[in-house]
Amino acid sequence: MRRLLAALLLLASFALPALAVQPDEVLGDPVLESRARAISAELRCMVCQNQSIDDSDAPLAKDLRLIVRERLKAGDSDGQVMDFMVARYGEFVLLRPVMSWRNALLWAAPVLVLALGALAAFFGLKRRRAVAPQRLSADEEARFKKLLAEGEGPSPEGR
Amino acid sequence: MIAEIGQYALALAFALSLAQVILPAWGARRNDPVLMSSAGPIALALFGFIAFAFGALVQLYVTSDFTVVNVAENSHSQMPLIYKITSTWGNHEGSMLLWVFVLAFFGALVAEFGSNLPDRLKALVLAVQGAVAAAFLSFILFTSNPFARLVPAPAEGRDLNPILQDLGLAIHPPLLYLGYVGLSISFAFAIAALIEGRIDAAWARWVRPWTLAAWIFLTLGIAMGSYWAYYELGWGGWWFWDPVENASLMPWLAATALLHSAVVMEKRDALKVWTILLAILAFSLSLVGTFLVRSGVLTSVHAFATDPARGVFILAILTFFIAGGLTLFAFRASELKQGGLFAPISREGALVLNNLFLTAATAAVLVGTLYPLALEALTGDKITVGPPYFNLAFGGLMVPLVFAMPFGPLLAWKRGDLMGVAQRLMLAAALAVVAAVVIAAATTGGPVLAPLAVGLAVFIMLGALTDIAERAGLGRVTARVALARLAGVPRSGYGTAIAHFGVGVCLLGIVCETGWSLEKIASVKLGDTVTIGARSLTLDRLENRTGANFRARTAVFSIREDGAPQGTIEASRRMFAARQMATTEAGIRTFGLSQLYVSMGEESPDGHISMRATYKPFVTLIWLGAVVMALGGALSLADRRLRVGAPRPATKRPRAPVPAE
Repeated sequence: MRRLLAALLLLASFALPALAVQPDEVLGDPVLESRARAISAELRCMVCQNQSIDDSDAPLAKDLRLIVRERLKAGDSDGQVMDFMVARYGEFVLLRPVMSWRNALLWAAPVLVLALGALAAFFGLKRRRAVAPQRLSADEEARFKKLLAEGEGPSPEGR
Repeated sequence: MIAEIGQYALALAFALSLAQVILPAWGARRNDPVLMSSAGPIALALFGFIAFAFGALVQLYVTSDFTVVNVAENSHSQMPLIYKITSTWGNHEGSMLLWVFVLAFFGALVAEFGSNLPDRLKALVLAVQGAVAAAFLSFILFTSNPFARLVPAPAEGRDLNPILQDLGLAIHPPLLYLGYVGLSISFAFAIAALIEGRIDAAWARWVRPWTLAAWIFLTLGIAMGSYWAYYELGWGGWWFWDPVENASLMPWLAATALLHSAVVMEKRDALKVWTILLAILAFSLSLVGTFLVRSGVLTSVHAFATDPARGVFILAILTFFIAGGLTLFAFRASELKQGGLFAPISREGALVLNNLFLTAATAAVLVGTLYPLALEALTGDKITVGPPYFNLAFGGLMVPLVFAMPFGPLLAWKRGDLMGVAQRLMLAAALAVVAAVVIAAATTGGPVLAPLAVGLAVFIMLGALTDIAERAGLGRVTARVALARLAGVPRSGYGTAIAHFGVGVCLLGIVCETGWSLEKIASVKLGDTVTIGARSLTLDRLENRTGANFRARTAVFSIREDGAPQGTIEASRRMFAARQMATTEAGIRTFGLSQLYVSMGEESPDGHISMRATYKPFVTLIWLGAVVMALGGALSLADRRLRVGAPRPATKRPRAPVPAE
């Protein structure tokens, strides 16, 4: 429902949903077209909520798709098309945030959590092993034997 | 009149929820059994009043009482009855009411079936539960009253958003809420344990079924939402990394981690502190999700700033419970005694690894969701964190996790033998490699990594089967002994294997859909044919149809495979007059496990329609995998050690756990 609620906001402004990529937009050259699709999936439709221009029916998304295809036909590399879009619309257009100092925390967070967690687990384990009693006392040993002889130990409930 | 009674019931429920906090907590403090035992009946009464209020709202919707703002804005007299009922929660106010309804439902379950809980623990759990209910009831009463009247009343309602006029709305939100509100029970148990300063394996055994139940609902709820978006939104995507989806994924990840760490705690009395923390975090993430979705902060930081009443209220609730929970944790966690030692290579170690990766994955999703908001609020810079980030960060963490998954259940508790386990997984690994090679040879196109990913999925599935085969001693003992042993494997053992198998199934679906989908975008007129893979679609006719509250334009295509007719597929566009909105209804035909997905676009004056046809191989496995996971969970829940549902006399304790298996 939540996703749909988000979509609902979209549709409120664009009353007629369609198919995103329209037949007349598709390039004749399949290689070029598949590059265009791949690039489109990395670019944000700026008037939508969290949709790539490849998925969006908004008029703006259509314009951007056409621009991408024009640049490709003009012989731009994928990187050049991206640069062109960023120069025109800012970093906001990129669905994959650039790796920069400003985004350092974003990209580092998962690795950081993993590394810190691993360290914590490692030292936690090590410390506890160090303080662990290694053997049963003579008393415990006797009680243990007795329990074994009885067959079934007491329910762990009592612990 | 019904609206007023409903609102009155809510107000009474609010008063009751306060009583549910104060009386049992006071009783626990004074060690007064009478006060403590008041928790149960109060929780049941609270549920009764909220259920009444909820029923009242449903009644208002069913009778299309447009003198109530909420009904007038979200319903229409011409809607089919089922949508009149479901539109009760298809809006902010109603969905918050559903939220507290589910919350009170869980409280009532604890009150009713928690007879085997120690009195103090039960009183404290219900008190915490009552506090959450009080917070959200006040939120509803003060900022989101579903019963507010509208003067003058309109003659007709403004209709439910057409996109929500679907059976999905009947199933998805209730399931999802059962899931992430269910996590409030684990939270309440954790807080109660911290207040008590005592926690043991028995505690874990009480918490685990509740967490498991919540997890099952959450799994199904997310899968259902994904499938709903897939068929309803018309472009065939099944996961969008939308913040609202992330809001449900994060609690799921945390709950998955919690389930696994609770196993360690139950069986080995270790990882206590961490389990408590996870229980707090899991529900915190549910609250964060509620905040993200309900505050409007997602649309834009500025929208939030201009109408902050609701957002700030939820933010206050969120801060109170998360900060309160964590503060309590900080003060009391050191008092919890650590038990059970284990070597790094052991079942416990594997479960720690599982928790490590799941936590990191949760962090990736959380940071990715909140980073643009935080950056904009702090610096004014706008960036977008979209699917490419999540696929990389989340996917990167999931691959090692799922690769390690078959190893975990095969490792012994305390000290495991990794080489031995690897040896036992040899057959699974070999078959996985064969699968990858065959796929690589048989397919052209598609990403290079896809065959490898198929191999991984096969490894996971066979690994889960290996677990069961090993328990039976298949190949080492006679068939009869093996069968007898199979019958002896506890249900939770099968549950684990099946849930893990489900992960493999889901992964297989994801890989196949992403790697080998075929797509055709075309403009066709009557009689035109497009081919997609081995099938061809011919546009047979275009029809006008009418539904209860919409008009539809439907395109009927006939499907042929190698010339042999395979029936028809219908895609349509519906126009809803009340809201002047259109929706696309994709045509979906299932062939085995794969689906053909056709949606239609604009119709031009000269009779051409634009269409998009997609063939999605094995796409249904994505959701079937989730169902299999939930099935595994349900089987585990049915294990007699964990059975929660069956009422039992208060004197009879649950059976002692089987020694570590």
